[in-house]
Amino acid sequence: MTADLIIEAEGLVKHFGRTKALQGVDLAVPRGTVLGVLGPNGAGKTTAVRILSTLLTPDGGSARIAGHDVVRDAERVRQSIGLTGQYASVDEDLTGRQNLELFGTLLDLGRAGARRRAAELLEWFDLTDAADRMAKTYSGGMRRRLDLAASLVGSPAVIFLDEPTTGLDPAKREDMWDVVRTLVAGGATVLLTTQYLEEADALADEITVIDHGRVIAHDTPDGLKRVVGGQTLEVRPADLTDLGRTAAILSEVSTGAAADEIRKGVLAVPVAGDAALTEAVARLAGAGVAVTELSLHLPSLDEVFFTLTGAPQKEEVPA
Amino acid sequence: MTTTLAAKPSRSNPVMPAEAVPRKRPLRLLRHSLALTKRSLIKTARTPEALIDVTLQPALFLVIFVYIFGGAVAGSTHDYLQFLLPGILAQTIATGCIAIGVNLNTDLQKGIFDRFRSLPVPRSAPLVGAVLGDIVRYVIVTGVTLAIGYVMGFRITTDPLSALAGCLLAVLFALCLSWLPVFVAMNVRTPGAVQGLMFALIMPLSFASNVFVGTETLPGWMQGFVDVNPLTHLVGATRGLFLGTPIGNHIWWTLAWCAGFVVVFMPLALRAYRRKAS
Repeated sequence: MTADLIIEAEGLVKHFGRTKALQGVDLAVPRGTVLGVLGPNGAGKTTAVRILSTLLTPDGGSARIAGHDVVRDAERVRQSIGLTGQYASVDEDLTGRQNLELFGTLLDLGRAGARRRAAELLEWFDLTDAADRMAKTYSGGMRRRLDLAASLVGSPAVIFLDEPTTGLDPAKREDMWDVVRTLVAGGATVLLTTQYLEEADALADEITVIDHGRVIAHDTPDGLKRVVGGQTLEVRPADLTDLGRTAAILSEVSTGAAADEIRKGVLAVPVAGDAALTEAVARLAGAGVAVTELSLHLPSLDEVFFTLTGAPQKEEVPA
Repeated sequence: MTTTLAAKPSRSNPVMPAEAVPRKRPLRLLRHSLALTKRSLIKTARTPEALIDVTLQPALFLVIFVYIFGGAVAGSTHDYLQFLLPGILAQTIATGCIAIGVNLNTDLQKGIFDRFRSLPVPRSAPLVGAVLGDIVRYVIVTGVTLAIGYVMGFRITTDPLSALAGCLLAVLFALCLSWLPVFVAMNVRTPGAVQGLMFALIMPLSFASNVFVGTETLPGWMQGFVDVNPLTHLVGATRGLFLGTPIGNHIWWTLAWCAGFVVVFMPLALRAYRRKAS
């Protein structure tokens, strides 16, 4: 263990009645990095975040944030964390500004300090125009930004983001990703939970995969991708009569497998990496095949789990 | 809106604020509670319809009881109004405090309380703040009840100072009694359950008392309950302070009940609230 781990958890156990939400989870996050905690609904991600952010006490194991124990020294932990997620939200009957000023006051910034900090964050998250409207009138994307702003009022060194982009459309998701990158560039450490391998891949330095309350893999995004197999290239030729030619070209850039028609008119092949995309584009253009859709996909969460556990992911009750 | 966000971070960074070190000041619990009181007040101002139970309800009760039962119970509607008004005030306070339990129970199921718990804020501050924020409701209920009473012909027959003391006692009682519904709110699962349970508690307290009738007309077996009923003492005290009726030990008993509610239910409510986090 290096000295500079800002989040450390060993053997976290949590039971809710007979539900074993966590069965011995270890997490380690070096300062200034992003850890992606990947797992399906009910895997225990949220329970782990709730323990690390002092909202729950573990039944077993221990965790430290910036060296402070989350149970014995909870007050100190709360001074260095920011929490955003479905369960740590804002007051919908207050305006965006009133929410941020309230949290500033509760963080002892003083009246003027709270006001200044609120204005700063509203500006940064592009909420100045909506600042004096009740939070319940905000759109989904604005609400996420306000939730995130609320968790940053105290300039926390450690930020927990629990499924920050679930339910956001792709453009808003990219925005949220940019925010996370900026936070990390500013020196913060981020632990984010997600159900999307794409999201973990885009943001995380390391990924911990959790299932049934246990860590089933921990690796860098590249390492994980190597284990679970590469990406899938999907192509929809403009003309259905080109399907055969397209399949032939795709088979040439694939890792060896033949192209599959996964949906009506859409062909897919496994590919080794990003280079296959340019390769395919060049070859398709060379052959004069027009395409209407062309995309590169990481394996879905289901496929990740299938590879890691050898069994399809089971439906579970959310913890 | 979405395109500008990515460009902004270079100008100002949310992780590096103007003032990075929070100032430590004394009296944190009070300061944080007051900040959360302000939150309740803003919410009350935003949703005036939530004040129906402390405005329309006392008005309806006064009108219905005075004009329907006044003649039968007291021989004259005016005499009954004089007798009834302190009782209606006490009864409305007792039913009015159910709302805080319902609201807190609703809040607990939303994300805002988890946000509070993740902040370095004394755990009791959200509950204390909510109770203090309700002062405004109890001042309103006192003012509305007296104003409507005056329109109907109610007159305070003592002096302004006694009348003020009566009003203050009523508001104090309400604040202390609030810890009971707060405690209930921390221990049941739905806002509806808070409402149902509290009504079951408040109804016998309102009726088996001196709120609507003189206690001497009640059956002997009920007298024992009536004599310890906190509402009986509050009504006895306010009646004495408004109308100069014999006040006996009613003020002291009322204060004792106030202390009792706080001493018993505040720690229990706080303990239940803390336990929610495990």
